Amino acid sequence: MEIYADNAATTAVSPAVVEAMLPYFTDVYGNPSSLHTSGQKAKEALEDARARIAAQLNCLPNEITFTSGGTEADNQAILTIAHKGAKTGKKHIISTAFEHHAVLHTLEKLKKEGFEIELLDVHSTGVIDPQQVADAIREDTCLVTIMYVNNEIGTIQPIAEIGRICNEKKVIFHTDAVQAVGHVPVDVRRDNIDMLSISAHKFHGPKGIGVLYARRGILLENVIEGGAQERGKRPGTENLPAIMGMAKALEDANALLNDDIYAAQPELIAKRDRLIAGLEKIPHGELNGDRTRRVGGTVNFCFEAIEGESLLLLLDDKGIRASSGSACTSGSLDPSHVLLAIGRPHEVAHGSLRLSFDNSITNEEIDYMIKAVADTVDYLRNMSPVWRDLQQGKRSFVFPE
Amino acid sequence: MALYSEKVMDHFRNPRNVGVIEDADGIGEVGNAKCGDIMKIYLKIDNDIIEDVKFETFGCGSAIASSSMATEMIKGKPVSEALGLTNKAVTEALDGLPAHKLHCSVLAEEAIKAAMKDYYDKKGIEYDEELFAGVGACHMCESGHE
Ligand SMILES: Cc1ncc(COP(=O)(O)O)c(C=O)c1O
Repeated sequence: MEIYADNAATTAVSPAVVEAMLPYFTDVYGNPSSLHTSGQKAKEALEDARARIAAQLNCLPNEITFTSGGTEADNQAILTIAHKGAKTGKKHIISTAFEHHAVLHTLEKLKKEGFEIELLDVHSTGVIDPQQVADAIREDTCLVTIMYVNNEIGTIQPIAEIGRICNEKKVIFHTDAVQAVGHVPVDVRRDNIDMLSISAHKFHGPKGIGVLYARRGILLENVIEGGAQERGKRPGTENLPAIMGMAKALEDANALLNDDIYAAQPELIAKRDRLIAGLEKIPHGELNGDRTRRVGGTVNFCFEAIEGESLLLLLDDKGIRASSGSACTSGSLDPSHVLLAIGRPHEVAHGSLRLSFDNSITNEEIDYMIKAVADTVDYLRNMSPVWRDLQQGKRSFVFPE
Repeated sequence: MALYSEKVMDHFRNPRNVGVIEDADGIGEVGNAKCGDIMKIYLKIDNDIIEDVKFETFGCGSAIASSSMATEMIKGKPVSEALGLTNKAVTEALDGLPAHKLHCSVLAEEAIKAAMKDYYDKKGIEYDEELFAGVGACHMCESGHE
């Protein structure tokens, strides 16, 4: 059995999306900036895609800027507002401790430029309280940037309420919605969002393409310099095949969603809950993040006394492609900052496992994953000196049962 | 390219000498749960020969493979020879480790040294402290723990 359970890292491009992209490699290949027929056909397609994506987000086409993906969109949104704020002495930025590095590292850069960065506590639930934002906003706050859905644990933030608070206090609100768009119904007007980042490869679109939505009136600051594409704010010849693929992927993904953010895909949620219930039977492990305020396709657990990379490699041998937040897999010395932010101690954060999937997963596959994880955790614990110490009472459990 | 060599994967998938020795002559434990690696080595020594060796490891694929390889390399060897085991030799025997995983082989060398030191201490055998200098310190993190 082969189960790809790493959709939060990236997804397969759907056949319908590939189909939608193909003509723009070989047929409509002109440069949208060219004045001849070939170029104008490409330009038409580009503007068609922009309008379709705008319709999906409930914004205006000229509020959409195409970028190389989520990382660039996050960088551009944050740098734009920070530097604008600095001009009027507003150098306070509010965010959370468990943002993606595209946000956190941009904020770190700004900190070196003299900005004050306030990272809100995300609690053990991985969900912030809008009141925290209200309390944190000051006279000199220029930006609130809070992710819509966390990429590691899948929790959903109360974005509409946070947006309302920011609007009332006249502070720009940006959300990294890379893990939300195409997974929950996102509507920038309903959600009071001023700026939002999207990445196509998280919803069965191609890699290397994304969107920065910026509400009318927000003038973007260039991250790179060049020609007149994207109103000069994001120069470089447009990646039209990818843009066409993204538009199609977004329409297809949203067509599967109903209006309820916390129950956007009931069938998928039932499978997610089946997986959670199965993994909870493994002793001394715990689900990471709130049980219900989460997307349908992401489940993240910590298991005591084992290390995530070994777990991943052995699951890979069993055909399961998963992910972990251990130091060894994060490529740094520390385990995932997300797991630390929700209060997991280091030793437990090393033993984390993320399974992320879409509705194409079957109950048989869910059951296979439950058994494979249970067996592998058991096997690794049997060779773990930490497990022996726990069993002998020389060390105490973080998760009592 | 795969993350690990075939050798590493073989020792990770089929680790040799996993377990405990109840009446061990020397036990060494190095690493820290906070860092995500702990290795524990058990030695049975008879007539200056390592008659048996077992390990328990909490850690990543290369930590498990390094423990397995290191124990295989010293089993049946005279104590003096085992003391000379270096992390470099372990790494080479595994056909190499990714740069950021080299500390796993260091841990394996040190776990064996720590077990040796425990054996000497238990037996009251004199030794040069220099032999075990730095063993057990965490090389991954700059900071001390706790
Ligand atoms: C929450 C979040 N933000 C930003 C990114 C970066 O997106 P991209 O890979 O398109 O640069 C990702 C994905 O890696 C993500 O999950």
